[in-house]
Amino acid sequence: MVRADFDRRLEDLEAELLGLGEMVEKAILKSMDALKRRDLAIAYEVVAEDDLIDEKRFELEEKCINLIATQQPLAIDLRTLLAVLHIAVELERMGDYAEGIGKICMIIGDDEPAETPQKLDQMASMGLAMLQRSLKSLMDRDTDLANDVWDSDDEVDALYASVCHDIFVEMGQNPKSIEAATHFLWVAHDLERIADRATNIAERVIFVVTGRIGRYKPPESTG
Amino acid sequence: MAVISQAEFQRRRARRKWMGRAFHAMCLLSVCIALGMLAVLLVYLLIQGITGISWSFLTSFASRHPEQAGIKAAILGSIYVVIVAGVVSFTLGVATAIYLEEYAARSKFARIAKINIANLAGVPSIVYGILGLQIFVHSLHLGKSVLAGGFTLALLVLPIVIVAAGEAVRAVPPSFREGSYALGATRWQVIWHIVFPLAFPGILTGVILAVSRAIGETAPLIAMGALTFVPFTPDSPLSRFTVLPIQIFNWTSRPQEGFQEAAAAGIIVLLVILLVMNAGAVILRNRFQNKWD
Amino acid sequence: MQNQEPILQTRGLSVYYDTKKAVTDVDLDVARNRITAIIGPSGCGKSTLLRCFNRMNDLIPSARVEGQVLFDGLDLYGHDVDPTEIRYEIGMVFQRPNPFPKSIYDNVAFGPRINGFDGSIDEVVEKSLVRAALWDEVKDRLKASALSLSGGQQQRLCIARALAVEPRVILMDEPCSALDPIAALAIEELMRELSEDYSIIIVTHNMQQAARVSHYTAFLMVEEARVGFLVEFGESRQIFTNPEDERTEAYITGRFG
Repeated sequence: MVRADFDRRLEDLEAELLGLGEMVEKAILKSMDALKRRDLAIAYEVVAEDDLIDEKRFELEEKCINLIATQQPLAIDLRTLLAVLHIAVELERMGDYAEGIGKICMIIGDDEPAETPQKLDQMASMGLAMLQRSLKSLMDRDTDLANDVWDSDDEVDALYASVCHDIFVEMGQNPKSIEAATHFLWVAHDLERIADRATNIAERVIFVVTGRIGRYKPPESTG
Repeated sequence: MAVISQAEFQRRRARRKWMGRAFHAMCLLSVCIALGMLAVLLVYLLIQGITGISWSFLTSFASRHPEQAGIKAAILGSIYVVIVAGVVSFTLGVATAIYLEEYAARSKFARIAKINIANLAGVPSIVYGILGLQIFVHSLHLGKSVLAGGFTLALLVLPIVIVAAGEAVRAVPPSFREGSYALGATRWQVIWHIVFPLAFPGILTGVILAVSRAIGETAPLIAMGALTFVPFTPDSPLSRFTVLPIQIFNWTSRPQEGFQEAAAAGIIVLLVILLVMNAGAVILRNRFQNKWD
Repeated sequence: MQNQEPILQTRGLSVYYDTKKAVTDVDLDVARNRITAIIGPSGCGKSTLLRCFNRMNDLIPSARVEGQVLFDGLDLYGHDVDPTEIRYEIGMVFQRPNPFPKSIYDNVAFGPRINGFDGSIDEVVEKSLVRAALWDEVKDRLKASALSLSGGQQQRLCIARALAVEPRVILMDEPCSALDPIAALAIEELMRELSEDYSIIIVTHNMQQAARVSHYTAFLMVEEARVGFLVEFGESRQIFTNPEDERTEAYITGRFG
């Protein structure tokens, strides 16, 4: 089989990218867990492990550059390598957001056992689902699945608006909770960004399959 | 690990070496024999004939007296006949070769023609003499002249020229032809500007081979009526003539010792002329030698 | 206002060698003043197709052409068309540089001379050598043998020779495959400059070269049943980033079995 070596390297590269995705998923889960249970030890782990995520991203970038330089990729090979490059960056940024949540957890400390807004949890699980779906769409080269990721983003945005509204109301009613509330605002922000980055990944998947670059355009309603 | 023992290997190696040396020696011996025979011939010739070479020998006519015999008529006759033969075979031969290789290339006609031409080279030369007698001497009323003799020899050596010219034309790389066609050249322009100039050295070689052959021919010229005793120099293309080989042959069949010397001297002259012609040819060929390889 | 019509078009073009088909039913439009590349695996008929444009296939006795090749609307294979006339308008550069064993000057002057050109040959030679980016290197030794030049220079000389008869189209049959990479890049640069004034068609088996140098690319393929048919034709930037046909993609990514 011609180019068997190149094919193998591409497969390995994608597998490593999915591995990076798993690392990020774990980081998000752990950071939310730490936040809910005010577990400082786990929060600390999340922050420390972000370095590994960064390293992995740079490793992937180097491999991509190497393959582009040595294999003269064209058409789908070129698009795949460029997509891997971009997605690695998106994943690394998502890891940073998870780290951010961990840091907030460390700042909050274990003093006030204030309630973590339940909607944050919802946002987190939706964001995670979007990440998983976008990575699966890459694995299967499934543009329909990639498009689904977009639909979920609207829901996340709605949740975000709602959470913010709730927090502002709380702040107004209970001035003592302002500090804690601000922290939760940040967490909400980070979770919204995680979801957003997942849609970027979906965009890249569509690029790989169809060659189309650009912002996602929702399908025109017929009629 | 070795398949055969060390001792066996050494023995076989020694035998191979010995065989190599024996073969080398055999080849050397063959060369010595061939060159040796040639050397003996030359030396014998020189001994026999060198005393006979003198200005008077070269400028006198043949005579019944061996001391007065000269080869003036024979030399001039040979030169004239060979010039005619050379010019005619060159023109006809080159044109034929170009037609067969360029215009009719790869056609059935060309294939058949080429086979037949190659076969013609093997026809005994006396046949050409008889042909010459019938066609040139009688039918075309040229008489037993220099012209008729030249034409006869031209026919004889034509196959040589055609084959050599054909090879020379074939040897011109197709890339040059393609390049000229691509510039809008017609077939004629390609042949005239590219093929012919590049094939010229090869053609020249063919002509030289042909002329060298022609100058030594005896039988066909005797058959078409060349004289053996010529007390005059040919003064026109239609005059009668003799050539060196015939004169030499004539002298060797005379009993007198003097004539044997004269014959040897004549052979030396013939060889010298051949040598000079070939040397000239090599010089000419080197001058035109192609710088494309 | 520049003419946007294609300068060369083929309609249902097929080429046979005796009974063997080498090119099958090709419809192709060659854009004016652009570089069009023809790519495809070995034996797919690219060179045969190229040689239809200047009727060089006429030189092969067993070759037979069906269909039309239109040059500005004129059918090149029409009854009263003289092939040698066409070749003044449509020139060709070959895979191995083939300068004649004459001087540099005589090489470039060859075309105009056999053409019966009666103007200043000196001017034509200089102009052509300048346009082929070779003048500066050889202007002091025009009488030197063409064979004393390097491979890349010889190929540029062949290009100058082709330019000397003022063609409108230049056909290039793998012009760089016998050259070292630097010389090849120099030729590619020259092609880009020339495409402003000439329409160029290049056959190449070097994918990256086709991608670098051409505006349009045609992909020819050979299968069990069919030889030399056109699979895809389009803008090069499209063909090399996102081709429409999966066979094209298989070929340019080197996944051809």
